[in-house]
Amino acid sequence: MNIFISGATSAIAQAWARLYAAQGAGFYLLGRDANKLDIVKDDLLARGAREVRLHAVDMALVQDYGSIVAQLYSHWPMVDVALFAQGSLPDQRALEKDISAVRSMFELNAMSYMLPASLIAERMAQAGSGSIVLVSSVAGDRGRQSNYFYGTSKAAVTTFAQGLRNHVFKRGVHVLTVKPGFVDTPMTASMEKGGPLWATPEQIAACIEKGLQKKKDVIYAPWFWRIIMLVIRHIPEIIFKRLGL
Amino acid sequence: MKKARHSWGRYFNYFSEEHTIFWRQDNLPPTQKLLLPHGLGRSYGDSCLNDNGALVHTRLLDHAIAFDGSTGLLRCEAGVSLAQILDICVPLGWFLPVTPGTKFVTVGGAIANDVHGKNHYRDGTFGRHVIAFELLRSDGSRLLCSPEVNTGFYKATIGGLGLTGLVTWAEIQLLPVENAFVDDDSFQCKTLDHCLQLFDQSRESHQYRVAWIDCLAQGASTGRGIFSRANHCNNLGLPVMHQAKSKLSVPFTFPPRVLNKYTVSAFNALYFRKMGKPQKNSRADYDTFFYPLDNVHHWNRIYGSRGFIQYQCVLTKEPRAALLALLEHIARSGQASFLSVLKEFGELASPGMLSFPRKGFTLALDFPNLGRSTLDLLNNLDAIVREAEGAIYPAKDARMSPDMFRSGYAAIEEFRAYIDPHFSSSFWRRVQP
Repeated sequence: MNIFISGATSAIAQAWARLYAAQGAGFYLLGRDANKLDIVKDDLLARGAREVRLHAVDMALVQDYGSIVAQLYSHWPMVDVALFAQGSLPDQRALEKDISAVRSMFELNAMSYMLPASLIAERMAQAGSGSIVLVSSVAGDRGRQSNYFYGTSKAAVTTFAQGLRNHVFKRGVHVLTVKPGFVDTPMTASMEKGGPLWATPEQIAACIEKGLQKKKDVIYAPWFWRIIMLVIRHIPEIIFKRLGL
Repeated sequence: MKKARHSWGRYFNYFSEEHTIFWRQDNLPPTQKLLLPHGLGRSYGDSCLNDNGALVHTRLLDHAIAFDGSTGLLRCEAGVSLAQILDICVPLGWFLPVTPGTKFVTVGGAIANDVHGKNHYRDGTFGRHVIAFELLRSDGSRLLCSPEVNTGFYKATIGGLGLTGLVTWAEIQLLPVENAFVDDDSFQCKTLDHCLQLFDQSRESHQYRVAWIDCLAQGASTGRGIFSRANHCNNLGLPVMHQAKSKLSVPFTFPPRVLNKYTVSAFNALYFRKMGKPQKNSRADYDTFFYPLDNVHHWNRIYGSRGFIQYQCVLTKEPRAALLALLEHIARSGQASFLSVLKEFGELASPGMLSFPRKGFTLALDFPNLGRSTLDLLNNLDAIVREAEGAIYPAKDARMSPDMFRSGYAAIEEFRAYIDPHFSSSFWRRVQP
């Protein structure tokens, strides 16, 4: 199995990759930090990965996604699963004071998903098979005062995934949207943690794995976020605007 | 941020700053507070707690670094759990050289407490199988420690309770096995002597030996229990994996005193009878044999909100007499110990300065926390342990006196020189005079 991961040093991506390493999968990993990529590479090889290729690049600064995807496909003629998990969660109030940071956040959280995923989906469609996993967020389901810049970037990924799925489904490509809730990762290091709503990266990885097996379209991870977000999405705007969520 | 945290015994509830080390090349967190590495928090008392200090969580240091399937040499980060090691290595024919009764401990914790298993007589402590590790000190230095290099730090860190710095990675020599199973048999012992006799008879023939003791049995039945022994199964062609069982969980903290002398003695009597017939030649997967309690998540909640106190001692001088004295004392007190486990330690010395195991017998007990009466009982047990030239295991301890600690550990002064000046723990402050 050939697996491409963008944002390979993220906690969710690592936990997910380990599930496949034990089965002897090959990996092509994209990440910003070469040292961290090396750590992930050694980990996957020790856990049984067939091969691990690294490509260190800052996804928020990439101009030419075409060449990245071309390099991936020059290494392998076929990719079975492509997972996108990079992202940053800046403080909403800080972003309001430094509006230029919104742009790079958007590049990382949305553009760096949509552009390469679109190119890879086309390659997979030509081959007639493949799965694309886009890690979005429950934050993209509704704009809230506490994190609407981040939420908007994830809403873009969610909407993009809908369209892409619609576009490539008939040509055999599976597109999976993953919407995690609170996950205990370095991205959420500054938040108060604990309680039943918090999940581990391993739990999210297991949800993704199940979603892939069952060829799901959209999964909430863990599942109970589907109910929580169902409620939150259905609160009328006239009430919602008065809430402090 | 500050957070209340308790250890596995749920006896303490301490506040400390919480930090996480994300990658092994990262520095220690910048804080004025004294630091203590914290893995999975399975130590029972306060050796993994740092009241008013800072805990450095090692959970994200969970990467394997290199595994050689031909030699069984594993190098991994300190936050890797023994459960993860088993997942990686058993399918390739390797097992932990030494394992405690739970696999939910980290490599760093196994080193810091120099943990032991049912095979101490034959294989010694975990520390004996640690080839090398890296120690990150608060001055930013990174010391490669092994029996040849930085030997003092190597010996101080094994069993060093996390006080010498933060272990970032370690290299461990694993044990070759044919499959995921052990061949075990169990015997009902009507008396302590019968039990000790079985330990004696199986010493050379079986790698793993352990006995469960009914602590509430008195008089002629004192020390009755179930003796079990096992070897790794040699049969070729058995699976290297086994079907993971569905896990049970204790979903909430029990009301106080659900475990009392009546419920425990009823349980003990039933268990003792159930094991009435010797069970010859049974075969168990490693989870069933080594980690029966891991199958029940949060089992510590059955002791209620006041928690429980573990008491594990080793008895070196005339252990039989000391064991009888301990058991008689406990039975008379009526304070029920649910899980009483007896093991034999052998002569293999650990490299660790503050290592707990030493030649003799070790008895592990747990008592619901009833306050003063429990502490009084344990103080009385201390006197018996001291008489037997024994020691108390810091990983389990919540209450021993500085005096008791000093009497069990001769190398404290030598150890002190290797403590990192910016590291400390609640345990360490408690046992200092």
